[in-house]
Amino acid sequence: MKITYTDVLVIGGGLAGLRTATGVKARGHDVIVLSLVPPKRSHSAAAQGGMQASLANSVMGQGDNEDIHFEDTIKGSDWGADQKVVRMFVNTAPKAIRELAAWGVPWSRVKRGDRQAIINAEKVTISEQDEAHGLITARDFGGTKKWRTCYTSDGTGHSMLYAMDNKAHEQKIEVQERMEAIALIHENKRCYGAIVRNLMTGELTAYVAKATTIATGGYGRIYSVSTNAVICEGMGQAIALETGVATLGNMEAIQFHPTAIVPVGILTTEGCRGDGGVLRDVDGYRFMPDYEPEKKELASRDVVSRRMIEHMRKGKGVSSRYGDHLWLDITLLGREHIEKNLREVKEICEKFLGIDPAEEWIPVRPTQHYSMGGIRTKLTGESQTLKGLYACGEAACWDMHGFNRLGGNSVSETVVAGMLVAEYIADYCDDKASSVDISSQTIESFMDQEKEKIESLLNHKKGEDAYQLRESMEKIMMEKVGIFRNGADLESAVIELQALYERSHNIEVKRSKSRAANPALVNAYRTQRMIKIALTAAYGALLRTESRGAHSREDYPERNDKDWLKRTIMSWPATTNKANTNTSKSLPDVSYEDLNIEEMELPPGFRGYGKDMTIKHPTSIIRQKQVEKIQENNNQQGLDRFKAQNKFMPYENLLPEKYRGRNERLTERFNDDDDEVKGIDNEK
Amino acid sequence: MKNNKERQLKISILRFDPHIKGDKPRMESYEIEEAPGMTLFIALNDIRQHHDASLKFDFVCRAGICGSCAMIINGKPDLACRTLTKKLPAEITLAPLPVFELIGDLSVFTGNWMRGLNERLEAWVHEQEEIDFNRLEQRMEPELADEIYELDRCIECGCCVAGCGTIQMREEFVGAVGLNKIARYQLDPRDKRTDRDYYELIGDEDGVFGCMTLLGCEDVCPKDLPLQSKIAYLRRKMLEIGLKSDTHSC
Repeated sequence: MKITYTDVLVIGGGLAGLRTATGVKARGHDVIVLSLVPPKRSHSAAAQGGMQASLANSVMGQGDNEDIHFEDTIKGSDWGADQKVVRMFVNTAPKAIRELAAWGVPWSRVKRGDRQAIINAEKVTISEQDEAHGLITARDFGGTKKWRTCYTSDGTGHSMLYAMDNKAHEQKIEVQERMEAIALIHENKRCYGAIVRNLMTGELTAYVAKATTIATGGYGRIYSVSTNAVICEGMGQAIALETGVATLGNMEAIQFHPTAIVPVGILTTEGCRGDGGVLRDVDGYRFMPDYEPEKKELASRDVVSRRMIEHMRKGKGVSSRYGDHLWLDITLLGREHIEKNLREVKEICEKFLGIDPAEEWIPVRPTQHYSMGGIRTKLTGESQTLKGLYACGEAACWDMHGFNRLGGNSVSETVVAGMLVAEYIADYCDDKASSVDISSQTIESFMDQEKEKIESLLNHKKGEDAYQLRESMEKIMMEKVGIFRNGADLESAVIELQALYERSHNIEVKRSKSRAANPALVNAYRTQRMIKIALTAAYGALLRTESRGAHSREDYPERNDKDWLKRTIMSWPATTNKANTNTSKSLPDVSYEDLNIEEMELPPGFRGYGKDMTIKHPTSIIRQKQVEKIQENNNQQGLDRFKAQNKFMPYENLLPEKYRGRNERLTERFNDDDDEVKGIDNEK
Repeated sequence: MKNNKERQLKISILRFDPHIKGDKPRMESYEIEEAPGMTLFIALNDIRQHHDASLKFDFVCRAGICGSCAMIINGKPDLACRTLTKKLPAEITLAPLPVFELIGDLSVFTGNWMRGLNERLEAWVHEQEEIDFNRLEQRMEPELADEIYELDRCIECGCCVAGCGTIQMREEFVGAVGLNKIARYQLDPRDKRTDRDYYELIGDEDGVFGCMTLLGCEDVCPKDLPLQSKIAYLRRKMLEIGLKSDTHSC
């Protein structure tokens, strides 16, 4: 048996995984990163429009700060987010972007003087200040009060990932490519690493580590059409779930992006609308102002997606052989702007649609885009139930997005979470208690189990075709667990997925029996796991009888804080450890984790879209009064915004010490002689 | 959209699995019906699902962004995911990129090659001072940031390497992808290396002086990077340095 030992095993080589690796390495711990693909090809590279950080350099971001970023994120989440996590995040995001700037990301910069922009379909002149010249600029994105989304044209994720991977090379971080973790090694509620399959040779190796981090992204590919890369199959969540110990949170919280091209589902960035693009219907009519007079096309993603579907249901969609769609019109931005700031979008339109978006409208439709749900963690990124297992980025439910993520907050989360979680992991590894104490017998039994699974997939006779099962699963998710959901559809989705799950025990790898590089074998074992992930999403959606953020129930249109201000928590304890035997049950165990309203800085309220249909939680009203009282006291005492914030919900002591500092802005300059203003926190 | 009868495509693929003992490279052909909007991504998945489950190829983003799927398409390196079949004749020939280690069929190991290159060229920002990330970021002229981004758009797909004449003869040649990286850092004021440092990396025949100016790289770059002008620029710069050091040593 081949065993590799390391301090920290990072599964996933995208932004979150690489930033975690650089962080723990800088703290002196050995780390190995496993990646399905060369890290620079990870799905992080596909993030187009930008990264949110409240730098407030551009005149359109003036007055922005952590407080406003916090409020936007909580409202965006429909109050599902963990407010402490969001506070930790918004304070770290400016540091993250400045670090990335130093590492080489060529962020677009503020240029002093006048420039033309399109706002609400009208030409306006924006005058940038002299003093902001050369600092990082930002564009507008949905659901934000300020222009806060920093970018490099529309290749932001690409530039970030390249800078990050190059940094990893500088630090000599060991990255092993085309390696797939297929099971976690664990015993007595402690994780000890993973069984890993080499996708080129088929060899299995046990990686034993003090801490194991899953940073494998989302599970969008359980749908037949998704903006996600083909590797976003939820395998990180699945291997965590299969421990029977680690839990997944809010798996039903799935975001649909308003503007993916039809039919292939490739994303066109929210930056198209942020920069002034509009949505039009079959008559060429701009319909969003009728539905959302205030934010129009720049309402939160879940809201815009729903409005688009509503409008198409009224017969205003453009019919095509691929079903109805609407138009995204960016022609009004002008060729020069498109060729500079939306060039990936332009390439995608040219190559996949054969159109020039400076001249023609783009056919778009809301499409699966982001997984808010994932491996449920504590603030530190550690699983709540499986010690030594960490998760960050889209793979995790940390939980800073609640039931709807704001555009520009995902790449931002990947890097920030990587920075913070790396510190907590390093602390954990510093502690002697994290020493590995597992017998090679235990490791071997995990290894044997995985070998057995693979053999049985290859040797089954007259078994099921994994491609067919997978296609059925994707179709069920598309048709029954989509943007608008209802009890009847969800119930049949769960029943049908359960049947697929049963059949998946009997998958046979057909016509391709190699134990080395073998795409059919990979598809077989991943399909088994994907069906489980699909079940957690569908079942979670069926049980959640309310509408919150991206989870929208036609039969329960109210956001029901009274009964549902809580996270869905799922685990899947195996009744037996034997692979592919028909003894395990076909549904996960479900419990719920209450959100603590009494601690909230921003008590549950109205998000500001459509009409307020919230069923209030009694505690919300009490907390609202408390908050108002604190506000009054703060005003009386004339506290600055930091001290004032501290009265609502202290969080600074939760951050690793090195990230507690305040963030300098043009309007909040550091005075070098004054430690307090500089944000050096001497308190513990 | 017209409802014409779809074409029958004949897709011939260079097959070889180095992990199977005794396997020999061979061409295999598959016939599939073209569909509207079909890309090679769709076509190859169709073949894998319905004709040969063992067919190996690499796609990740399938949107022309990640650079995974470069292959030789009818004799020319390009990204398969964004190649529409309707732009090709009904007979299509696919082969893996040359130069890179073959994993099997159309799948090649670009990752280790690119990492080796990156390490050799130290393709990262060489900073000199510790930066306080709580403070305002260093300023940069907006035009310069755009210019750096232009070169930063390289997706390491390997098309330029496959289209390079020099690398066929000179295995250690850094290729356009390598020279572009140096051009990118040479522009970047955050990288504190001097032209002399870059000269040490590419001032020889495995670097900028090896290029025979055939410029296959520029022809096949899917991101339309200005490789030709950047290689010419670097060569002038490096020549200056080379000449200076020559006078010194004489």
